[in-house]
Amino acid sequence: MNNEPIIKCRGVHKWYGDFHAIKGVDIDVYEGEVIVIFGPSGSGKSTFIRTINRLEEHQQGTIIVDGTELSHDVRNIEKIRTETGMVFQQFNLFPHLTVMQNITLAPIWVRNWPRVKAEAKAMELLEMVGIPEQAQKFPGNLSGGQQQRVAIARALAMEPKIMLFDEPTSALDPEMIKEVLDAMIDLAKSGMTMIVVTHEMGFAREVADRMYFFDEGKIIETGTPDEIYRNPQEDRTKLFLSQILQH
Amino acid sequence: MASSELEQEEIRPPQPPGFLQWIRENLFSSIFNSVLTVVLLPVVVFIIYQVLVWVLFQANWKAVTQFPLLYTVGQYPRDQLWRVGFIFSGMILMLGISWGRWGGLLRSITLAAGGLLLVVAILPVQHAELTLNMRLYLVSNIALALVGYLIGKKIPIKSYLIFAAWFLIPIIGVILLAGFESSTLIPPVQTTQWGGLLVTFLLAAGGIVLSFPLGVALAFGRRSSLPVVSAFSTVFIEVIRGVPLVTILFMFSIILALFLPAESRIDRLVRALMAVTVFSAAYSAENVRGGLQSVPLGQIEAAKALGMSNFKTTIFIVLPQALRAVLPAIVGQFISLFKDTTLVVIIGINDFLGIGRSIINSDPEFVQLRTEVYLFMALVYWIFSYLMSLASRRIESAMGVESNL
Amino acid sequence: MALQTPQKTETTAIPFYRDERVLQIAAQIISAVLIFILLYWAVVNFLRAAEARNMTLSFGFLKEAAGFPISNPPIEYDPSMSFARAFLVGLANTLIVSGAGVVTATILGTLIALARLSSNWLMSRIALAFIEFHRNIPLLVLLFIWYFVVFSFVPPIKDSLVWPGPIFINKRGIYLSWPRLTETGPVFLIALGIGIVVAIAAFSILRKKRQETGKKTYFMPVSIGLVVISFVVGWFLAGGSPFWIDTPSLKGFNFQGGMRLTPEFAGMYLSLSLYTAAFIAEVVRGGIQAVSKGQIEAARALGLNQFQVVSLVVMPQALRIIIPPMISQYLNLTKNSSLALAIGFQEVFAVGKIAINQAGRAVPVFALIMATYLSLSLLTSFILNIYNRRIQFVVR
Repeated sequence: MNNEPIIKCRGVHKWYGDFHAIKGVDIDVYEGEVIVIFGPSGSGKSTFIRTINRLEEHQQGTIIVDGTELSHDVRNIEKIRTETGMVFQQFNLFPHLTVMQNITLAPIWVRNWPRVKAEAKAMELLEMVGIPEQAQKFPGNLSGGQQQRVAIARALAMEPKIMLFDEPTSALDPEMIKEVLDAMIDLAKSGMTMIVVTHEMGFAREVADRMYFFDEGKIIETGTPDEIYRNPQEDRTKLFLSQILQH
Repeated sequence: MASSELEQEEIRPPQPPGFLQWIRENLFSSIFNSVLTVVLLPVVVFIIYQVLVWVLFQANWKAVTQFPLLYTVGQYPRDQLWRVGFIFSGMILMLGISWGRWGGLLRSITLAAGGLLLVVAILPVQHAELTLNMRLYLVSNIALALVGYLIGKKIPIKSYLIFAAWFLIPIIGVILLAGFESSTLIPPVQTTQWGGLLVTFLLAAGGIVLSFPLGVALAFGRRSSLPVVSAFSTVFIEVIRGVPLVTILFMFSIILALFLPAESRIDRLVRALMAVTVFSAAYSAENVRGGLQSVPLGQIEAAKALGMSNFKTTIFIVLPQALRAVLPAIVGQFISLFKDTTLVVIIGINDFLGIGRSIINSDPEFVQLRTEVYLFMALVYWIFSYLMSLASRRIESAMGVESNL
Repeated sequence: MALQTPQKTETTAIPFYRDERVLQIAAQIISAVLIFILLYWAVVNFLRAAEARNMTLSFGFLKEAAGFPISNPPIEYDPSMSFARAFLVGLANTLIVSGAGVVTATILGTLIALARLSSNWLMSRIALAFIEFHRNIPLLVLLFIWYFVVFSFVPPIKDSLVWPGPIFINKRGIYLSWPRLTETGPVFLIALGIGIVVAIAAFSILRKKRQETGKKTYFMPVSIGLVVISFVVGWFLAGGSPFWIDTPSLKGFNFQGGMRLTPEFAGMYLSLSLYTAAFIAEVVRGGIQAVSKGQIEAARALGLNQFQVVSLVVMPQALRIIIPPMISQYLNLTKNSSLALAIGFQEVFAVGKIAINQAGRAVPVFALIMATYLSLSLLTSFILNIYNRRIQFVVR
């Protein structure tokens, strides 16, 4: 592992008006690591992951991604966004473009790839997530699980160094969660750096290097999946785990 | 790794929210916005200042203030005004009751109406039409509104009774206003003498009350499995929607008579009302049809499985859901119907706009005051349609229905 | 043996008035008969009335001389020409005022929608005030304000208002300086036309090439450059300016030259444009806001820049929502132009009404007017259907 973390957050704060959403978060992520963030809704975990590619602006502290500091410099922001892929809870596929066009849009217009190369890459990724036959369909004709796998392929097509997952399975029916998680597990095992906001504890146990428990905008506890599950230190972590593991 | 408690005490939100913050965010958030604000602000202030100066000091509102009765009832015989007053009071009472029953926007409307009545009643000016009796009448209406409020608040009246009363008012009103041939108590009054806001409201209310059921019927007709009915409804709807309202108005005022028996004569105002109704019904029909299409088949199947007849399924299951889904569109249609009533001026009916025009043309002095008159007309129409759209937005958010526009 | 009826029907014979199938057929017949009787009754009444009033029902009068004047006809016309010609003049007026109104309302409405979405509070409020003002007053009142108030306060000819342009505004109308083609002007137009066609072709070819190869092809600057070049080349080929500015000037008691907009046209055009612009602004705003925040976030997260987010993700989606209601606003505008009757601008309906007043022609003239508007709205719904089908085909 490299000495220098690929993502370095120091004292990150975020307010919505008077509401203090993130209260000083410090996280280091090293290349190839899989980080799982969990916690109750409204704990700031989604907001935090969205500050990493500047979908939300943090007001204090520093975020350094792959040596580039997130500031108001548009060039820095665009550079970081091309190097981080993001998968959203609601998929956010572009409904007016086919699956193929969804995946090749950014490689063609941002990475300046020839269309043939972008399409070859797209097919390769679609095969990886298991739906090459859906390439010419429109997102509206796919199931939720298929859409989310397309969304993963779309993010990967930019060949990002880091993948951010913002509750990727929360909007899915139970039978579709597995197909998405399988794709994510494959990805994690291939050595991708990932930050995943999720409550899927099976996933965390299988591939996570470290877990962070968020509550009220702060990191309450951190540790390996084993430490968190077997021996949580904080009462709030225990309470939360007992709630989500019950069902 | 969380920051210590001490550290956190020192950290404050970067920008203190407040008035200055608001100005910064909303007026000077970027260089472009700042320039825009600096350019626009003086222009806006200047225009508002000019308008205020004109309205308060330069304009001559004589042509507006001199004829309150003309504007409200037209040439309706002055010795028969009690009939209009009776209907107006009835509406005030119902407004009060509705306020007591539902509150919300109705409260604001009732209070605003009451305030307006009070202001007019105690205006410290000599006015030929603002007699002591008139002032007393106006004040007593405020009391009536309050009585209505108490009734609505204390007595649990069924909602549908209140709706029914609102629907009945225009019908009873028309009968009362028209009078009877043989009666000495309420002698007949020709509709040519009706005018002003009275006619505008009559056309709008009558149009709404009549066009809505007709629209629902047409919507069902168009969906009917009977080919003749469905074809007839479709042609009817599409032809009406394909031509301007002016055409329909002229058709009813000129052509209709040719298709009826020679001896039948339909009153001019009634023909206008028919035109407005038919026009609005075609649009309502399409709105309702959209609603009907949005009701899932499962609802109908569920109702049939419960043993409901076709008719009952339609009345109790399908129609309520359909109307709920398209309520915003229907209210929007009512608003444009209200605005569209102005077109009757073109076939020579003295509605509110028509009275304004005839006042202007009645005196060379008033011709010079047409700006004031037309702006006054615009203001009155604006207030009523704005209130309607406000009401529709309230209903939408209360019912959780989303508007299309 | 073959005639043996099944047991079931025999024991539980349904009375015909409860038989679903019989009821169905009965309803069909009764409804048909009722509607037929209604129509028959109306037609009989009508024929009787037509006979009593000695009305003609033929369209023969279209060939007769119209006999009434039309002020400022956009195509050649005098009262000795046929009624068909007069009707055509009216149609031309309708199409001109609607066409001009559609263009203006679209541009204005879009600008107001953008202003409404502005992050500048003041700008957004000004747009809101414009929208709420125009949406809540009747078009006829707006028309009267423009025509009877604003335009009636303009000075008489000799004291014309002069605006930069120069534009002269007086009681007789608005006189615009208007560019007119010189003799060699068509050369310029042809060159510019070719340039624009080539630029559009270059744009799509180069853009495609950019997508295929990933190499920068500068399709935007190249196509703009092509238009500019063809403009300059055309100018030279035409041997100087292809236009001459027809400036109105006061000759005696009247202005000569330039483009004259009558007060009637100007009033109708302005109120139609402003009124419809308010509705279009709401349509455009709704369309833009309907593109969800998630779409923009996803595009940003992929690294697209601001311009690409708008041109590749937001606009294609917003246009799909905007175009259908926009087209019906255009139809509304066209139908609303019939209000011109109230101020004496002679479009289709006003011309028709003069003809109606000439005895006995009411029905055929009315049929003609309705047919005109109906074909306009049929055309509109035809275009809408094609558009909707294309969209449905692409996105289901």
